[in-house]
Amino acid sequence: MTEDEIIGELESGMTIGIGGWGSRRKPMSLVRAILRSDLTDLHIVSYGGPDVGILTAAGKCRKVTYGFVSLDSIPLEPHFRTVRQGGLLPDFMELDEGAFYLGLMAAAHRVPFYPTRAGLGSAMLSENPDLRTVTSPYDDGEELIAIPAFEMDAVLLHMNRADEKGNGQFLGPDLYFDDLFAMAGAKTFLSAEKLVATDDFLKEGPVHTLRIPRMHVDGVIEAPMGAHFTECPPDYGRDEAFQREYAATAKDPEAWAQFRADWLELESHEAYCAKLEERSGS
Amino acid sequence: MNAPADVTLAEICIVALAEAFRGDGEVLCNPMGPVPVIAGRLARATFEPDLMLTDTIAFAIEGNLPLGGDPSDATVESYMPFRSIFDQVWSGKRHVVMGAPQIDRHGNQNFAAIGDDYRHPKVQLLGMRGAPGNLINHATTYWVPAQARSFVETVDVISGPGNDTVAALPEVTGQYHEIRRVVTELGAYDFETDDGTMRIRSLHPGVTVEEAQAASAFELTVTGDVPESRLPTDEELQLIRDVFDPAGIRNGEFR
Repeated sequence: MTEDEIIGELESGMTIGIGGWGSRRKPMSLVRAILRSDLTDLHIVSYGGPDVGILTAAGKCRKVTYGFVSLDSIPLEPHFRTVRQGGLLPDFMELDEGAFYLGLMAAAHRVPFYPTRAGLGSAMLSENPDLRTVTSPYDDGEELIAIPAFEMDAVLLHMNRADEKGNGQFLGPDLYFDDLFAMAGAKTFLSAEKLVATDDFLKEGPVHTLRIPRMHVDGVIEAPMGAHFTECPPDYGRDEAFQREYAATAKDPEAWAQFRADWLELESHEAYCAKLEERSGS
Repeated sequence: MNAPADVTLAEICIVALAEAFRGDGEVLCNPMGPVPVIAGRLARATFEPDLMLTDTIAFAIEGNLPLGGDPSDATVESYMPFRSIFDQVWSGKRHVVMGAPQIDRHGNQNFAAIGDDYRHPKVQLLGMRGAPGNLINHATTYWVPAQARSFVETVDVISGPGNDTVAALPEVTGQYHEIRRVVTELGAYDFETDDGTMRIRSLHPGVTVEEAQAASAFELTVTGDVPESRLPTDEELQLIRDVFDPAGIRNGEFR
């Protein structure tokens, strides 16, 4: 499969989950494939980073459900700031970042919600008209927020390693919530830095890094540098210089259009990688 | 006090923030930003040795890691990826230090957005991040390096609920809520008052009650004589300057 074949399985209007965290191990080659597709009216569910920044700034989204939108070394995603301040995102559900985990877990476990105290007394509840509370059926009778299950038509993840069958392996310090995303997606697609033979997984990392089982995966592609410019340790760190350039274009529509044309809307991931090679050589 | 005459404001603020952790014992100390991070590490290196601290990546580490130091040099004592951090939040064994671009008399905090309409803000800030869950689950301290800008009559939106907001909820909801301290460039504040309003706990050397009040849109509660904030000891200064922040990153927080 290629990036474009995976994105070809998606439809406008779908709810799409994107794994990773902020500017960390995001499936960026797949995000760029969405950008150059004619998909629109999407509902993105994400611990947001440049995935949310790019897709909202390009007008691809009707809604985003998020715990935050950050580039990590730049605390607020600047393109997302432009979108929010410009009133350019029709709808969103912003949750406490821990509460967001419960929405993923509820979807993975096929229950309608998980309860939490997080959000009581804050604008997370008062500014989210779709969010409901639930009363404990036990003697305590406590009222809690019911974080709804994030039902997703498709999920996109980037792994350090995978095999042809779709088993995924993370080698960095944190899986984030990718296992829950994989289970929660009606269809889940993986990109991986490298496809390896199944019996080579344990040469790459210890057994507890094998956290995405193939029964939750519907398609896999090899995409070296597939998370660039976000970090993908131990394969590579974040390209901070590239990220700064990307961030700087949020203030200037012309610079943003130019950056999109130069980098984000190239015809393929191979073309992107070739251009990156050129850049690092110059 | 026999502290050297060249003690800086940043160092006084670090000690005031470190004091917020006194008595915490064995909890996850989770400060955000350079001055709070130095404060947490300082507290553990001196009077609060049982604190657990992370490298801000995915590990709880032992030892005195410098700001910006290579975490792979440190001894890992436990694994704390983000999922585990949230589990710790809900377990209650955590004390966080967050920023507060807006905070009111009752400790309601906003670092989410500025403007009347949250759906269409004038200035988008960080968003809710972990504030709603943190406040309702465990101790929170705020670090406010520009008091006059941040101490407002009313916050535009509540990301971290304050004492009056929580008092209006059922008692069980607020059972773990505690705003421990607010530290600014002028002083340290707490909420140890009958009505849960912000009280001057101490003022940094040279700052008067009038000056602190002038840098606040709400009335600061004063009970009795206001003490001067504690100066760093020689040992604390050595740790701050030579161990935790030899590059002087702490001085960049006041703008």
